[in-house]
Amino acid sequence: MEARDTIGAFGARGADRPLPSLEAPSPRYGEKLIKALLGAAAFLSVITTTAIVVSLLIPTFDFFTKDDIGLGEFLFGTNWAPTFEPSSFGVLPILVGTLSTSLWGMLFAVPIGLASAIWLSEYASPRQRKLVKPVLEVLAGIPTVAIGIFGLVFLSPVIAEVLPFMVNVPPFSAGVAGLAIGLMIVPIIASISDDAMRSVPSGLREAAYGLGATKMKVATRVIFPAAISGIIASLVLAGSRAVGETMVVLLVAGASPNLTFDPGSSVLTMTAFIGQTATGDISTGSITYDTIFAVGSLLFIITLALNLFAIRMVRKYREVYE
Amino acid sequence: MAAATGGGPGTERTRLASSGARAVTLRQLSTQPRADVWKGNIFLAVVLLAVTLALAGLAAIILQAAIEGAPAFSTKLFTNGPSTINPEDAGFRPALIGTLYLILGVIFLVVPLGVAAAVYLEEYADGERWWNRTVELNVQNLAGVPSIIYGILGLAFIVRGPLDLGFILAAGSLTLALLVLPTVILASREAIRAVPPSIREGSLALGATQWQTIRRQVLPAAIPGVVTGVILAISRAIGETAPLLLVGAATFVTFNPTFTGDNGYSALPVLIFNYASRPQEEFRVLAAAGVIVMLIALLAMNSFAIWLRNRYEQQW
Repeated sequence: MEARDTIGAFGARGADRPLPSLEAPSPRYGEKLIKALLGAAAFLSVITTTAIVVSLLIPTFDFFTKDDIGLGEFLFGTNWAPTFEPSSFGVLPILVGTLSTSLWGMLFAVPIGLASAIWLSEYASPRQRKLVKPVLEVLAGIPTVAIGIFGLVFLSPVIAEVLPFMVNVPPFSAGVAGLAIGLMIVPIIASISDDAMRSVPSGLREAAYGLGATKMKVATRVIFPAAISGIIASLVLAGSRAVGETMVVLLVAGASPNLTFDPGSSVLTMTAFIGQTATGDISTGSITYDTIFAVGSLLFIITLALNLFAIRMVRKYREVYE
Repeated sequence: MAAATGGGPGTERTRLASSGARAVTLRQLSTQPRADVWKGNIFLAVVLLAVTLALAGLAAIILQAAIEGAPAFSTKLFTNGPSTINPEDAGFRPALIGTLYLILGVIFLVVPLGVAAAVYLEEYADGERWWNRTVELNVQNLAGVPSIIYGILGLAFIVRGPLDLGFILAAGSLTLALLVLPTVILASREAIRAVPPSIREGSLALGATQWQTIRRQVLPAAIPGVVTGVILAISRAIGETAPLLLVGAATFVTFNPTFTGDNGYSALPVLIFNYASRPQEEFRVLAAAGVIVMLIALLAMNSFAIWLRNRYEQQW
């Protein structure tokens, strides 16, 4: 109560001579209008998401009701032949095709991406960093159709030469597609993991050095675990990118819906199915049209789950260290 | 030469003493167990190998396209239309013009919308409110939605459905704009956030309104970052193929496209993809030549963006 009285003393003096008003002299409708317009632009992202969900859901609903495909038949069927007679809509082969190319891609990209991140954040001098990081970002910016052509024209023949079991007679295989996808996602892993490792406070680093740890121990035992949530986020984001990649698999993975993880086998992925089938002018409401959207819904759900998980992980490390 | 008798910091004598102390300390501390030294060296070698592999991959992509496409690289690429029968006379003209128009449309849509959304999220939005958090989460998630899903959105919502534009170039442009919008918003937010609060407070204290502060102080300071983000987003839009397949970028368009003409349009990456998926060797060479054209444009834009970032990077 004592403290209040001193403030009250100020207020009392102010009451004798009225303070100049801090209110704006006009209601400033323009300012409010601008705020509303800017808010509307931001709200567009919510509209986009809603539009994506709605445009996916309606034909998907038709697919399960009007076209009368059972959900169980779709999710657990092992035969994918939507355009043949008799048709069959088991999504497992193309789901496994997607998982297979992504898996082989991650197998290549995770060690290389993480090692690059360790080098960038712990070993590189500021000059080397300033040179290498933008170059890696350029690699991230190369159109995937160019990487697909690289896989088709260069990687496939070279790998057929070195590892004959990896590529079957047609130059298409899940393994080579995975390698090309891996090349594409290395910079994502390297860049985000590097950011996460650099945001580990230098106090941790210095304390470890002070205890006599070697550079390798500091990197692998201190910095890496401390940045783990950011690193996991980078891996999940890269995985989501690999699952959603279209052009590379269209060019390199072939088009046969084989239910296998064999890197030497040609596979059809979910994205490749959509890209391949939707290029023609298909009529709205036909079963082929609905099938594209059903597969699209599944793809969207998978990537949405991965993205939300990654966003959560990134928030976590931001909260801890920033 | 300064007098070497004083004892204060920065004199010759203290510098000598401290460098001596450092040498002794380093010598003492650098006698690590031999096994650790070995492990450390092997680890560094492995890490370096990984970086080299990543960089070699990039070099290989560029070199391979350059070598493969060199025979077909001529002015014909820019002046001739596509052909299914004569690969030696085929070019990319309608596709190049189509891509140019697509990108102009993307810039026109994405710059005002992206910057406006970023300004709202950074300057106006109260991060505690659930609707602002929803917007924020949406932007982050949309940045990770696969491009082919945007193609589906374009097909169901823009080409057909509510907007019903048909398979026209403007529909492709709109689809690509939605695709890169989150990238622009995220980059612009970073740039706006990097402007220190003291600039805003100074302006507000002088009696400027919030919008005056943003327009005269915050945005000018954030422009280099925003432009960098826009360039990177556009270079993504140039190479994006999958959504265009769905919204009607037909391959063999022999005339120059317009924004609203419904005779079809074409885009550079779509034509490259089509050439590449043909079995004949000549078409693959042509595709590689197209990749060179695309990569030259992209590398130029990327280098410009990096230069811009380094040139105007401000330490407040």
